[in-house]
Amino acid sequence: MSVEQLLQTIAGYLNGNDIFTVNTLGMYWDGFVNTVQLVFISLLIGLALAVPLAIGRGSPLKLVSKSIWLYTYIFRGTPLLIQLYLAYYGFAFVPGIQDSWLWFFVQDPLYPALFAFTLNTAAYTTEIFHGAIKSTAKGEIEAARAFGMSKAMMMRRIILPSAFRRALPAYGNEVIFMLHASAIASVVTIMDLTGAAYYVYSRFYAPFPAFIFVAFIYMALSFSIQGFFRHLEKRLLVHLKPNNR
Amino acid sequence: MKKLLAVTLLGAALTATAAQARDNDTVRIGLNVPYEPMEYKTASGELTGFDVELGNALCQQASMNCQWNEQAWDSLIPSLKSRKIDAIMSAMTINDERRKQLLFSEPYLVQPSAWFAPADSAITATSPEALKGKRIGVQRGTLQDNYVTDEYADANIKRYATADDIVIDIESGRLDLAFLDYPIGKTTMLDQEDKQFKTVGEMVSEPKKYFGDGFGIAFRQRDTTLAEKFNAALDELKENGTYDQLVIKYFGEAALEAAKP
Repeated sequence: MSVEQLLQTIAGYLNGNDIFTVNTLGMYWDGFVNTVQLVFISLLIGLALAVPLAIGRGSPLKLVSKSIWLYTYIFRGTPLLIQLYLAYYGFAFVPGIQDSWLWFFVQDPLYPALFAFTLNTAAYTTEIFHGAIKSTAKGEIEAARAFGMSKAMMMRRIILPSAFRRALPAYGNEVIFMLHASAIASVVTIMDLTGAAYYVYSRFYAPFPAFIFVAFIYMALSFSIQGFFRHLEKRLLVHLKPNNR
Repeated sequence: MKKLLAVTLLGAALTATAAQARDNDTVRIGLNVPYEPMEYKTASGELTGFDVELGNALCQQASMNCQWNEQAWDSLIPSLKSRKIDAIMSAMTINDERRKQLLFSEPYLVQPSAWFAPADSAITATSPEALKGKRIGVQRGTLQDNYVTDEYADANIKRYATADDIVIDIESGRLDLAFLDYPIGKTTMLDQEDKQFKTVGEMVSEPKKYFGDGFGIAFRQRDTTLAEKFNAALDELKENGTYDQLVIKYFGEAALEAAKP
């Protein structure tokens, strides 16, 4: 079935409905794509940043650990909305930026939003992983030392694998939190799910249909993320489950 | 114990009626700030503008007690319908789509919409073909938003919460054009000495389906007496010259004829 036909079938179902027309549903769909894209990319980069940062956060070098602490402190201590405003409206007025290659990234709302979201989720994820690394059982470390492992090998083979497993439930929460936090992207003109709902709301003055519909989409997204993490936990945390044979 | 409960309930009921009585005296008028020169705040934080001064004059004329209530633009109509405010006076254009939901006063000002661009912009035409792919800034939920969304589907439309955000973004080069009520663009862009802007193409006031019949004060559909009070007061202000003074103060002598509905 071609897209055209699909749209016609949908239009048939929507006959007589003022608010949910093919147009507004298209808007919701674009919003869905934008939200998923924004959240997925920022989580991916945030995760990649958080692993080395979490290791560095526990470094014996004061300069390294303190500066990473300062970074997470700032990003966890201020509202994401403020960070987004600074990234979007702030950078645009740095002198000379409009003529530099950076302007390509600043002029589009997507990149400043990605920047703010990524640094924010990286800060939270760093603290989650750091907590998990710190709580590694002493016995495991002693055993690794007794085997003569170097620090790097111990980190790679013993500490990180078990820390990631322990961090998994908390990280799953962070992913869902990020999905919900992304609802503010519409203040910098990104047409995300909430932006689409805002549009329908202000065009038809119908807050209930516009926002309840979008709430269901967010809920479906949250449930699928939860399902994914539950599946992961089932596989990876099997050794922590009560043994009821 | 029962007595205590009864007394408390009675007290609560009395305070509730008292609160309601107070509400009925005061007309709460909702508006969205900033929208210079229609409504904005002075450096000292005082609310002013054409709507505010005219509104205050109207309330005085009709001996009503009015109170201004600042809100986001897109929550004005829902607030009115859910009785959080009693009227909207916020440069709201009367059009058929809104008439279905609201009761409007007689129009009190007519102003066209216009396209604004940086002074060095190369854009000269404003047809949908000419603006294909161009970045157009509008305020979310305004009639400009509806018009551009329907007629300029191939343009890259960006929707903002306030008119000021549009000015910031067109200044920093994120927008090619802004589509606004003419007096707002004039005050926030053309009249600013440190900024270089121009209008592009003709002023827009057609089709009526979008651009309606001028600015009106909006009420709930059942509040006909309140609307009539405002209409009568507006007629009186037009007769005694207060209205003309305000138009001249905000839009200049030349605007007087065009502004009158």
